[in-house]
Amino acid sequence: MPAPEQHRLIFRHIDERGYTNDIACYQRNGGYQVLRKAVLRKPEELMDEVKKSGLRGRGGAGFSCGVKWSLVDRKSGKPIYLVVNADESEPGTFKDRYIIYQDPHQLIEGIMITCFANRVERAFIYIRGEFPDGARILERAIAEARSAGFAGPNILGTGYGCEIYVHRGAGAYICGEETGLIESLEGKRPYPRIKPPYFPAVLGLYMCPTIVNNVETLCHVKHVADMGGEAYSRIGTPGNTGTRILCVSGHVQRPGYYEFEVGKVTMGQLLNEVCGGPLPGRRFKAVIPGGSSAKVLRFGERYKGKRKAGAETVEYDWGVEDIPMDFDSLAMIGSMGGSGGVIVMDDSVSMVEALGNINAFYSHESCGQCTPCREGSLWMKKITARMVHGEARPEDGALLKSVADQIAGRTICAFGEACAWPTQSFIAKFGDEFKGYGEAKKAPRPDGVPELV
Amino acid sequence: MNLKPETLRKIDEVITHYPVKRSAALPLLHFVQEDQGYISSEAIEWIAARLEIQPINVYELVTFYPMFRQQPIGRRHVKVCRTLSCAIMGAYRTCAEFQRQFATGLGEVSPGGEVTVEFVECLASCGTAPVVMIDDELHLRVDVAKARELSEKIKSESRAPAGAR
Repeated sequence: MPAPEQHRLIFRHIDERGYTNDIACYQRNGGYQVLRKAVLRKPEELMDEVKKSGLRGRGGAGFSCGVKWSLVDRKSGKPIYLVVNADESEPGTFKDRYIIYQDPHQLIEGIMITCFANRVERAFIYIRGEFPDGARILERAIAEARSAGFAGPNILGTGYGCEIYVHRGAGAYICGEETGLIESLEGKRPYPRIKPPYFPAVLGLYMCPTIVNNVETLCHVKHVADMGGEAYSRIGTPGNTGTRILCVSGHVQRPGYYEFEVGKVTMGQLLNEVCGGPLPGRRFKAVIPGGSSAKVLRFGERYKGKRKAGAETVEYDWGVEDIPMDFDSLAMIGSMGGSGGVIVMDDSVSMVEALGNINAFYSHESCGQCTPCREGSLWMKKITARMVHGEARPEDGALLKSVADQIAGRTICAFGEACAWPTQSFIAKFGDEFKGYGEAKKAPRPDGVPELV
Repeated sequence: MNLKPETLRKIDEVITHYPVKRSAALPLLHFVQEDQGYISSEAIEWIAARLEIQPINVYELVTFYPMFRQQPIGRRHVKVCRTLSCAIMGAYRTCAEFQRQFATGLGEVSPGGEVTVEFVECLASCGTAPVVMIDDELHLRVDVAKARELSEKIKSESRAPAGAR
């Protein structure tokens, strides 16, 4: 079946010739009209639209946005904060960058609608330190929106006011974890908080109720408010509504960002048609479907089981190419849609070396708060680095797995899983390659195959 | 502390963004590092006093967040992304080429003080791998040939008189 057409909702103007990131251009293209209408409605109605839309968070966990908002403690009398997660730190993910750099006002409009709906009077955009120009672009966009009456005091004459501030991170992956991000915003080391009791919806920033939403999610809120939750929920597939930006990197002919209705495109269509297939003379070997912490998929393996299709339960028997790119299907086959970062590796890549690269990342980024994660991520890095640069033993795969198995489920935040899943899945799916690596690496390295560790 | 008036103005302004002063610690560290090139122990004490917190509360940030440094670096900062998508597209070769061009090791100041070459983790531009940031500017698809070109550019700029840069 040919791949469906892209459905560009969020990325409608990305890379469009002549489209600039200033407010005049945004307004020429209908910008801030949704906010104008939204502030004439009751906040509860807007919250209801988001609930009806079925919108799920685009940052990684895929949690229902409407439910997240409904958990906010509105009785405490404390101020409610919105924190925009623009940390975009999951390797393989590069969607928010383009929204921020090319269409910042779309994000600001989404933020303001969200703030109005939730009675937020102060919002922070936590942007990763590696986007210095992005921070400047957002600051300029906020100033423009403020002077046009779309942000700041007395928005559009309603008497409602809300300030947005940009806060720059400083290169730490863990700041993408929402409670770590909150600690960082408070001026501390970003050590994630334990839940319970520190659910941001109740005890978030400054111990006040806080909503943390991803950049792309907030842009979707604008479109939900625009078309209504009902209409939005008809885009995509049931339970996986709307559109989603898929970021494809690695060994394909046309890497890049592609926006589809959620669940309407399969992995095979995405990689073979949309991205032009493998590089000349190569074959796909493995793909990580949702950012580097998602469990790896091996080309050639089959996924079988039963799934719900409407009211019925049907059997499925999929290869990697058949998997629909939505939250539930990827979870069902044992991985995740995560942040939408699809990393493709062809048959030139050694899985031991690829895992060594990933392990170096997680070891560098563990915040060090929980012993299993701090020590475990370091040992996984050391073992894979030794396999690549020193002696590799047949039993190293089992050793790696035993370390990984002792991390997941034993840490304060999900980083424990994030660093264990790559090792667990690489060993489960490419175990033979780990066993035979010591022998295999005696052969001379083929020309052009890059080092990874 | 001898901070530029513009830096002091930015510091005064940013503190007003937060209901709690301590929240301004990261912005202050950024401003001071942009002004001075690195975070000295004097800067740590100064920021702590400005935010009414203990120096240890600032020091622990400097030692945690990878972007802050406690010693000066070269005039230009070359950051090569090391993470998976860039690595499988050749980031290690790119990084080696920069090191060779400036005869320098990772994280060191090159002889003559021209550059510091570093490996960094994901720069979130994986679709255009391998990527390199030189100071605040992102460069896409930096293979060995392009790394050589960018190095030449840095060298020629540092040979030009300061006013012409």
